[in-house]
Order: sequence, then structure tokens, then C-alpha cells
Amino acid sequence: MNSFDVWVLPALLAWPLVGAALLYLAPASRAKVLALVVSLIEFGISVPLWWRFVPAGGMQFAVAWDWIPAWGIQFHVALDGISLFMVLLTTFLVPLSVLGSWTYITKRERGFYALLLVLTTGMLGVFVSLDLFLFYVMWEVMLIPMYFIIGIWGGDNRIYAAIKFFIYTFLGSLLMLVAILGLYLHAAKTTGQYSFDYDFLLQRSTDLGPVAFWFFAAFFLAFAIKVPMFPLHTWLPDAHVEAPTAGSVILAGVLLKMGTYGFLRFALPFFPQIAMSKTVVAVVVTLSVIGIIYGGLVAMVQPDFKKLVAYSSVAHLGFVMLGIWALTLQSVQGALLVMINHGISTGALFFLAGMLYERRHTRLLDAFGGLARVVPLLAAALTIVSLSSVGLPGTNGFVGEFLILIGAFKTYPVAAIISTTGVIVAAMYLLPALQKIIYNPLAKPENQKLLDLSPRELIVLLPLLAAIIWIGVYPRPFLSRMEPAAQHLIQTVTPATTAAAR
Amino acid sequence: MQLVWLVPLLPLLGFVLNGTIALTRPQAKTAVSLIGPGVLLAAFGVALAVVKDLAAAHPGAPAVFTYWDWIPVGALHISAALQVDPLSSVMILIVTGVGSLIHIFSVGYMRSDEGYARFFAYLNLFVFFMLVLVLGASFPVMFVGWEGVGLCSYLLIGFWFDVTANADAGKKAFVMNRIGDFGFLAAMFLIFQATGSLDFTSVFSAAPSTFAPGSGTVTAITLFLFLGCAGKSAQIPLYTWLPDAMAGPTPVSALIHAATMVTAGVYLVARANLLFALAPVSSAVVAGVGALTALFAATIALKQWDIKKVLAYSTVSQLGYMFVGVGTGAYAAGVFHLATHAFFKALLFLGSGSVIHAMHAAYHHTHAHDDAQDMRNMGGLRKYLPWTWALMWIATLAISGIPPFAGFFSKDEILGAAFARGATQPIWYVFWAFGLIAAVLTAFYMTRMMLYTFHGPNRTGDKEREHLHEAPWVMTGPLVVLGILSLAGGALNLPALVGGNSWLEHWLSPVTAGSASLLPAAEVSQSTEWTLIAVAVAIALIGIIGAIQLLKPAALVPARQAPAEQGFGKVLANKWYVDELYDAVVVKPLGWLSRVVLWRGVDQGVIDGAGVNGSAAVSRALGWVGSKLQTGEVGFYVVLFVVGVALVLRAAIR
Repeated sequence: MNSFDVWVLPALLAWPLVGAALLYLAPASRAKVLALVVSLIEFGISVPLWWRFVPAGGMQFAVAWDWIPAWGIQFHVALDGISLFMVLLTTFLVPLSVLGSWTYITKRERGFYALLLVLTTGMLGVFVSLDLFLFYVMWEVMLIPMYFIIGIWGGDNRIYAAIKFFIYTFLGSLLMLVAILGLYLHAAKTTGQYSFDYDFLLQRSTDLGPVAFWFFAAFFLAFAIKVPMFPLHTWLPDAHVEAPTAGSVILAGVLLKMGTYGFLRFALPFFPQIAMSKTVVAVVVTLSVIGIIYGGLVAMVQPDFKKLVAYSSVAHLGFVMLGIWALTLQSVQGALLVMINHGISTGALFFLAGMLYERRHTRLLDAFGGLARVVPLLAAALTIVSLSSVGLPGTNGFVGEFLILIGAFKTYPVAAIISTTGVIVAAMYLLPALQKIIYNPLAKPENQKLLDLSPRELIVLLPLLAAIIWIGVYPRPFLSRMEPAAQHLIQTVTPATTAAAR
Repeated sequence: MQLVWLVPLLPLLGFVLNGTIALTRPQAKTAVSLIGPGVLLAAFGVALAVVKDLAAAHPGAPAVFTYWDWIPVGALHISAALQVDPLSSVMILIVTGVGSLIHIFSVGYMRSDEGYARFFAYLNLFVFFMLVLVLGASFPVMFVGWEGVGLCSYLLIGFWFDVTANADAGKKAFVMNRIGDFGFLAAMFLIFQATGSLDFTSVFSAAPSTFAPGSGTVTAITLFLFLGCAGKSAQIPLYTWLPDAMAGPTPVSALIHAATMVTAGVYLVARANLLFALAPVSSAVVAGVGALTALFAATIALKQWDIKKVLAYSTVSQLGYMFVGVGTGAYAAGVFHLATHAFFKALLFLGSGSVIHAMHAAYHHTHAHDDAQDMRNMGGLRKYLPWTWALMWIATLAISGIPPFAGFFSKDEILGAAFARGATQPIWYVFWAFGLIAAVLTAFYMTRMMLYTFHGPNRTGDKEREHLHEAPWVMTGPLVVLGILSLAGGALNLPALVGGNSWLEHWLSPVTAGSASLLPAAEVSQSTEWTLIAVAVAIALIGIIGAIQLLKPAALVPARQAPAEQGFGKVLANKWYVDELYDAVVVKPLGWLSRVVLWRGVDQGVIDGAGVNGSAAVSRALGWVGSKLQTGEVGFYVVLFVVGVALVLRAAIR
């Protein structure tokens, strides 16, 4: 085996922590440069995964070291076609976030960037852990830095938002801990072996009996809050509005995906019969459809640009949930693709919102107008990103939503058709926002002397714009890498589906 | 034929170059003038070569060129592929041919605009997407073009974006088109579900064995597709965006909102003719909505004062005719009218562009702020714009259906087909009658437009009058070419009745062959045909002569002094208040629902108010109770502890 394959995941998890420590060894004024270098190296480490990854190879790059052998806890990490893209998305967005915070973060820079790097380890850990204890630790590790990022560097109402974010997520994760311990104890009771190992617990989860429903419910709640699914979404608009740019980008780009990732990795494979039971299906599909329409309609009336984007996330993630639960190859791959796309497009929207905020110190749509005349590059970028977000064909947004809907149509035709009206609603919330920002008369004097994108800002946006077009025109490299994993998930869950139907 | 990829690629290249110029050095107008029309002419040249190859090979099946796997997921396999067949070949010639003329015209029309480079970038991008739309070899690739042209339409309607009304109009167009696109998407889901494929060749070869004629699935598919058509081609109930779209520069109105994009719906029905032939109910809906739209829009055109609004409603009405054609199963006739309409309506719009150009220049000279598009401010322009006047009369006679102008043949074929269909399905007599009434209205409002614009005394103003002048040759030249096409375009499909060989119908026959056997035979005798023609011509003459007799251009006063409309005229001038109706029934309630009920009510009230902050209050209360339990009595703690352990054990043992 190639040594890269063995070391890549531990290195990806360790390096940001090393980097965070390095920040405190260097002068505080160098913090952001150092953070950029560290995050770029991190990205560099992850890039070969794209080629080294074998689509049909299942879990790969695996490492399993004993951690607390007495309790059967291992440092067990690996990647498959689902987590691969989440890891790459994370390492891709972090350097951009550092660069996007360059002038936005002015106080306590060292602490900010150190937390961002710790957060990186936490996020990557969530996506690669194959030990449920490790997973839980990583889940909590990523919670704390985000809490501080919102609470310290956030806007006026940051404390409320940070606490709301924390309590919501923590409530879910505590319940999840109970369920994890329950699985662990159940396996130990039936086999006499104590282990938090993913495969071990997965095999031992088939004969849980009635308590399985409560374990599923605990996982469900933890992940549904994170997604967030309607009606558990209200922490999101507050967190987004108050968070600094990088916080919003990471929150939307990566953290929300942990919810849907959790469903794909844990809730569905562990409890297929419950997840695919009539009642749960009805609840999830209904809530997803509500999320799509409701999120869009509420986004439509938001005066604050960041809130608008936050509610649009509720709609986009509703599509993902629908795609996952529809459980066809197209819909699941579509869901995985939307998870990537949403990270790119919504990430870009939050970067742009931040750039507008830095220029005008407001996020209210009505404060802008006519910006296409003074900042044409920014206007062009905002237009392209908005079009990606409304799912215009030729951009990434279309491919993902189209796959979800065409796949979901097979399983839930009515829900799919109702969700398709989401494409109309998407135009109804983003185009008016676009109009209020870049079109209309350039009436306000504050707007008349704005500066267009700086080279640094261009560097932040160009990779995202390139990804938008790339995935829109040639998504095949993505689709082919995720197909076996999606196939595997469907095979794991499907026998149960037919059983549940009987 | 191998080079067909160049046809869309050249305009895309033009977009990239002009777009770069627009963002970096917008003053480089000469380069833009060369690139913008240049790529179009080159694309037209390649298109000609492609069509020549096709004519020489005359293959039975479409020539499909696959470039890469676009969306391959399991059974779903969508390739980035283009297809050349008789139907797409007609379309690419219209798009690049008429497109070239309009690009050349724009060099003169937009020359002094500061957004010149941006304009050509958008215009090139539009042509790229339009070509993808007509060349795409599958529904999803067509959909790329379909939404792409909608995007360009949005960008170009709102081209002068610092006027809020223009930006509003662009947004309205995009949203209403999206309602139609929802239908297109839903149709694709159903098609994939039923046939397991989305590319034209597979779907159409599977269709006869998959769908029983008149089955629910194929009816649903075609109705959803037609919803898409109604959005894109501005049919009832989704037509209201098109008149507003006149906010865009006039060449845009000519290219996008008359000659090409808005006919995409007609193209879609013609492309999917087999599916529509399998769904008689949907076909009747297509023809019925078309007939109703043709009539309804014509009534509104009677009372418009803005020269472009007259033409906009006229376009909606003429698109209605095309849908009557394709809904009746006369696919070739529908496409024929699409082609002739592209000629004469492009001519009318560009001609109105010349007029507006002259009016605008005149008002600009004297710093007047009168409306350069209001016909009440025109009158007598024949003297100042003789070329435009003569050419626009050709187009007017063509659209009115006077032989031998192009529109006569195509409109007559549609009405003839509808009448013939009436023999088996009498409802078609109603559609035919609607078409006939719309025809008399068409002749009337077009003559009205010509009279008020070019005849009678001039009302522009005494000082302004001196500055009125004919447009430069770069603008008039394209008009002349379109004039020739409007005059002779009927030759494309001369019927046997007048010694022609129905060339277009034969050319398209490989495309429509599959549906021919499914449609009821509808033949009328030669004598009936002659009668129908006589009726149609008489109707057109009544409209024209009636307008000349009834209208008094001399009695008009400039717009500023004009009295308000009264009675029924007011209803027509206000477009039957449909916009107001939509606003009251859809837009306002939806906004209220979203703002008051969902956001303030559900989100902030119920979830956050009662749920989140409520539970916070409850936990505070519990905390207070808990703090009261902190008695400090060890014995009390022990009791609690034991009870707790017992409960946990009981749960674990069970």
C-alpha cells in the first residue's frame, strides 16, 4: 500500500491542530498569513485523494489505531464516495474562508484563525470517523469553535445567536450520545464484546427490538437539527446573520452537511426498517417538501440578505432530504451533489454578502441599488452565483436538483411535483434580491463610490465560480466517484424497505 | 454536417470576447462592432453549409452528434449531444440569419449606448442558448437552451437596469417563464418514468408502443410541456410578461421577443409532434388556447398607443396562430408561420426601432421629455423616414394576410387546416372563427399603427420636426433584406392550389411522419379552399379599409394633451386589467402569506416564540424548582438517588 494512503487521513486531522499551535508561536500580526499557508497545505494534502480514490473500493485510506482499548474505542478513520467529497469540500472552503476574512476580522485575529483550524479538524473528523465514540467527540469538537466564532466575532445580536445555535445542536447531540451508548451496550450485552466500531455496531443493530425506534429518533433529532429540517431550523437564520463571513461560509458550506451526512452514514444504515417505515417516510418527505416551499417563501420576504440566504438553505437542504429518502440512484446522487453544490454556491453567496457588508456596513437589501454601475465585477459574480442557486441549467445547481427530482419522482411522484414548484419560488426570492442590490437606480450617495472587487476578493470568488460552471457542464467525475457509494447505501437500506412495505 | 458544433460555439465565443471587453474596456466599440455581428454571420455561414449537407444526404433519421456524457446516473443517461434534422435546420437558419440582420442593425441602433459591449455580449449569449435549444438532441439539452434564453431575455429586458420598471419587467419575465419551466421539468420526469429515456430518438421511437393514444400519461406529459410553451411563447395565462418585455432595447424585442425565443414553444410542440398526436385532448387544448390568445391579444392591440406595445400584443396574437397550427396537427403550417412571422415581425420591430431612433434623436436635440414611443407624438413620419415607411407597409400587408405577401400563405394554411379539422371535430370551427376574427382585428390595428405613425399631420413638435431623419444604412440595410423576405417568404411553402409544391411541408415530412397516421384525415375540396382564401382576403381587406375609413389621424393630439380613454376603450387600453387581477389574486396574497403568516406567524411566533423561547422559559422555571430542591439535606439526595437508579435499572432489565 502506498504510504500516502495510510497517512493522509491522520495527517489531515492532525495538521490543522499543529497549525493552530503554530499560530501562537508566531507573532500575532502574522496570524492570517500563517493560517492561509496552513489551510493551503491542508488542501494540498487532500487533493491527491481525488485521484487516489477508487470509486468501487468502498471504505479506503483506512487507519485503525487503539485509543482507549479498555472501552473498545479506536481511532478508526476511512473514506468512501460519500465522505470523499465532504472532505474535499471542507479543505477547499477553509483557505477561501481565511482569505475571505482577511479584512473582515480585525480583533483577536490569532484566536479566530486558531479556532477556524481546530474547527477544520472537527469537521473532517466527523466525515471520516468509523468509530462512533470518535465520531461523537469530533461532533462536539466542531461545536465549540463555531460557538466562539459566532459569539466573539459575530454581529450585534451574537450572544443570543451563539447560545441558540449551541443549545439547539447540543440538545440533539446529547440525545445522540445516549443512542450511541445504547447501541454500544446492546452489542456488548449480546456478544460480550465492547466496541464502538462502526461495522461492528452496524451488524449488531439488527436485533434491537422496540428500543430501536427511540435510538433512531435520537439520531434523527440530532441530524435534523443540523440539516436543519423544518421546524427545527430557526437557529440557522440567527446564526448566519450574526456570524462573521467565514463563520457563515463554513456553517452553510460544511456544518449543515453533517446533518445529511449523519443520515447517510448512521441513521439510514443502522435503522433501515424504521427509517423506511410508512410513518417516518411520510414525516420526512412531508417536512422536506415543506422545507423547500416554506424556506423559499420566507426567504422571499426577508429584508436582510444573509437571512434570505439562510432561509434558502432550508429549501436547498429540503431537496437533499427528499433525495436521500427517495432512495433511487438518481435522487441519492443528486442529494450528494446538492450537498457539494450548496457548499459552493451558498458559500459564494455568503462571501459576497460579506464583501457587500464590508463596503456598506449593512446587509439590508434596501440599502443597495444600482451597484452594477459602480461595481460591475461584483455584480457579475453575484449574478452567476445567484443563477447557480436558482438552478439554472449549465450551472451546478441544476444538475443536483434535476437528479433529485427525477429520481424522487419514481418513489414519491406527488412530493416531487410539489417540490418542483420550488424552482419557481427560488426565482421569486433570489431575483428580487439581485435586483435590489445590483439593478434599480443608483440613488443612494453611499453607493456611488464603492470599490469593485479587489484582487484578493477575486481570488476568493474565482475558484467557486469555476466550480459552479465545471459541475454544471461536466459533473461526470463527481457522479462516477459517488455512484458506488450511493449504490451501496441503497442496497443496504432497500431490503428493509421491502420488508417495511410488507 | 460534422461542423454543426461551430454554429452554437461561435456566438459563445462572441459572448466571451464581448463580455471580457464589457468588463475590462467598455469603450472598445469598434472591436465589439466586428465581433458581435461577425460571429453571427460566421455561424450563419456554417449553418448554411450544414443544411446543404443535410439536403444532400437527406437521411431518414436525425444526424446526432454526441460530445460528452453530461449526466450519467444509472439508467438515466444524458449526453451533451446536438442533432441535425429538417426541423432544427430550419430553426438554425432563422436564428442565425435573422439574428445576423438584427445584430447588424444593432450596430447602428446601440452605437451611442454606454453599455454597447455588454449589449452584444448578452445578444451573442442569447443566440448561443437559442441554438442549443433548437439543436439539442434531448429534452434536457433543449432545456439548457430553454432556460438559457430565458436568462438572456431577463438580462436584456432589464438592460437599462437603472430604471426600476425595466428591472421589474425582466424579473417578471423570468419568474413567469419559470412557471412554464416547471411544466417542462414535470414533463421530463414523466417521460423518463414512462420511456426510461430523455433523448428524442429513443423517446419518439418508444412512444407509439409505450403510450396508447389518448392515455392519461401522454396527455399529462403534453399538457405539462404545453405549460412550458405557454410560459416561453406568452400564451394565456402566462402572456403578461411579453408586453412588459418591451422595456428592453428594440433590437432585443425584434430578435428575442418576436423572431426567435418566443417561438420556442411552437418549436417544442413541433419537435414533440408525435406525443401531441398521441394526445388529442392536449392538442385541442393547444389549439384552443392558441385561438383564444390570438383573439384576446388582438383586442388589446387595438387600443395601445405605444408603438412597441402594439407590436408586442400582435406577437402574442400571432404566436396564438402558430399554436392553432401545431395544435391542429398542421405542424408544417405552424413552423411555416413561425418562419414568415420571424421575417415580418422582425421587420416591424426594427422599423419601429428606426422610428424610435428618429424620435429619440429629435427629442434629444431639443431636450424635450416627451415619449418617443407614443404614436400620438408621431404622425406624418412618411416624409422623414420614407424607407422605413415603405418597408413597414410591406410587413403590415404581410401580417394582415394580403396575397402575395409571406403572411398570407402561412396564416391561410393554419386557418385552412383548422377549418378542415372542423369536419370531424366541430370545436375546431370555433377555433377557426376566433382566428378569422383575430385576422380582421390584426389588419385593423396594424393599419391603425401605420396611419398614426406615418400618415396624417406630424405631432412631434415644431422644433423637433426639423431633426427627424431616416436611419443610417447599417440600420436600413437589414430592413431591406427583411422586406424582401416578407414579400417573398411565402415561396417557402407555396400550396399546390397556386401551383406550388409545398416545399417546407415536404422538407419537414421526416419529422412529422410518425404523427401523420395518428391524426384524423382532414381534406377539403379545392372549391372550399378557394372559398376560404376568398374569405380570408376579404376579412383582411375589411380590416385595412375599415381602419382607413374609421380612424382620423388628423384628429389626434399629442400624448400630453390626449384625453383619457372612456368606456370599453379604457378596458382595452388597460389590457383587460389582467395584470391587476394577477396582482390581487396571486402576487399580493402570496406575499402576505409569506410575510405575515409564515415568517412572522409560524417562524417567529410559533416556533421561536412558543417553541424555542417558550422552552427556555420552561427550563428557567424548572431551574427555579430545581434550586428549591437544593435543600442541603443529604437524606433527601439519597432518596432521589435511589429512585433514579431504580428507574434506570428497570428500564435496562426490561
